[in-house]
Amino acid sequence: MTKKNLLMYIGIGIILVMFFTAIFAPILAPYNPREISLPDRFMSPSSAHWFGSDNDGSDVLSKVIYGARISISVAFTVVTISLFIGLTVGSIAGYFGGTLDQTIMRFIDMLYAFPGFLLAIALVAVLGPSIQNLIFAMCVTGWTGYARLVRGEFLHLKTREYVQSAISLGANPLRVIMVHIWPNLTGPLVVQASFGMAATIISESSLSFLGLGTPPTEPSWGGLLNAGRKFLVEAPFISIFPGLAIILLVLGFNLFGDGLRDRLDPKKN
Amino acid sequence: MIDFIVRRLLLTLPVVFGVVTLTFLLIHLVPGDPIDIMLGEQASVQDKDSLRADLGLDRPLGEQYAVYLKNLTRLDLGRSLLSKRPVTEEFFNRFPATAELTFAAILISLVIGIPLGVFAAIRQYSWADNLISVGGLLGMSMPGFWLGPMLILIFAVHLNWLPVSERGGIEHLILPAFSLGLALSAILMRMTRASMLEVKKEDYIRTAQSKGLSPRVVYFKHALRNALMPIITIVGLQFGALLTGTIITETIFDWPGIGTLFYSAIQQRNYPLVQGCVLFISLTYVFVNLLTDIAYAVANPKVRLS
Repeated sequence: MTKKNLLMYIGIGIILVMFFTAIFAPILAPYNPREISLPDRFMSPSSAHWFGSDNDGSDVLSKVIYGARISISVAFTVVTISLFIGLTVGSIAGYFGGTLDQTIMRFIDMLYAFPGFLLAIALVAVLGPSIQNLIFAMCVTGWTGYARLVRGEFLHLKTREYVQSAISLGANPLRVIMVHIWPNLTGPLVVQASFGMAATIISESSLSFLGLGTPPTEPSWGGLLNAGRKFLVEAPFISIFPGLAIILLVLGFNLFGDGLRDRLDPKKN
Repeated sequence: MIDFIVRRLLLTLPVVFGVVTLTFLLIHLVPGDPIDIMLGEQASVQDKDSLRADLGLDRPLGEQYAVYLKNLTRLDLGRSLLSKRPVTEEFFNRFPATAELTFAAILISLVIGIPLGVFAAIRQYSWADNLISVGGLLGMSMPGFWLGPMLILIFAVHLNWLPVSERGGIEHLILPAFSLGLALSAILMRMTRASMLEVKKEDYIRTAQSKGLSPRVVYFKHALRNALMPIITIVGLQFGALLTGTIITETIFDWPGIGTLFYSAIQQRNYPLVQGCVLFISLTYVFVNLLTDIAYAVANPKVRLS
């Protein structure tokens, strides 16, 4: 196994562990993450509370475990919606070309010119903080990267002989796109989606950290870091552990994306 | 060259128009009455009507847009609801602090990223290369809102080496700039490494080596100059990420820049100021992208001739 492959499998391992943690959170969490126990406030890490307890006396480990649910489900939803829109719009632009392509691309260029995170903050700020608005705000610019990638691949794949033969044999555009072109896009799209998951997890946590994401009652990693910031000196563990969870999950997606991209790159093989 | 710049400027115009339109529409996306949200439902009808007239929200949408565009040509974006000062003045008062922080972050990332990338490429597949590569991925995965508090905890609270917040001398700048620039360092390091490895395979490098030039001259005079080309683009493109990253960094370090101005405007539901910040930050981003493209074309004749 090469070093790159090993790193990719480590990435897959991290992602799987985090997914299982999210799915089995009710079994794995030692306490109810929403339980308030004022006598247990700011307890340092111990056998009773492995990651300590926060300002409400809630168990930090349980909050970190439940936080995986929010981070993963929000990132997964955002990436799936963005991928779907990007794939559809990019396919239309790339396959039909001409004025339609130019119009779509200029619109994408305009959205691409906006710093995505800034627009997400502004949208959540005017729409009000909630998970739905958070997902919507991140999807508004999130799909443009996929659309650009898909369109670029289409321009190249459309000229290939097997696609040209399918068209000349009279296959309808939908069949050409779905049967002959899309299967070739799987690799690059999975790589992009993996980096997209990493970026979305950071964006979601950043918005929750600013109080613009998940409501404070929900155990999210960003929200926990925001709460922990006020008690950084007396209870640093409230901030340390959710941050490590974010780094680990983002690292997992980056390792996987990096490894897969190298594997799919013919120049490196 | 002039042709290229004119063409690039023309392509920027619709983007600027789009940014302006989207920013104008922001206040209209507020669910319910934005005046109720800004002033609270208990505010008197007179106060509400007065603010509505001030912001022009009592006019038809088309007319509001025309007035918005007209005012924009005079850099008039209305007044902050709290300080009553012009939004433009509020923004440009804070701009130097953010520019200082952003440039310091870019400087730090160049100083860390490029030498490490070159070193990793020269020693490809060594333990040092592996360590730097994994460190780069780790740096990219580390969010600023975690790194910032950790830096405060270690260097300000425990070691007491550096001040924790506010703007001042260079010692005040180190922690926020490092927190903001670490991810970019990691990206630049990976780009420099990849770019150097590509260039190392080129014929002119082999020629330089076979002429008996020292490795230092080969790597730094022949390889690095060419390998740095994509770095110009990356620094330019990442400028937007840094600019929005300042919102978090400035909040953590209590840095008196645009980030904290924007964040407090959001918390106070000071919509004219929110709109102004979004517009100016986006336009700065578009302008920096334009400059990046022009700089790249100046450095690379192939781009401007294509």
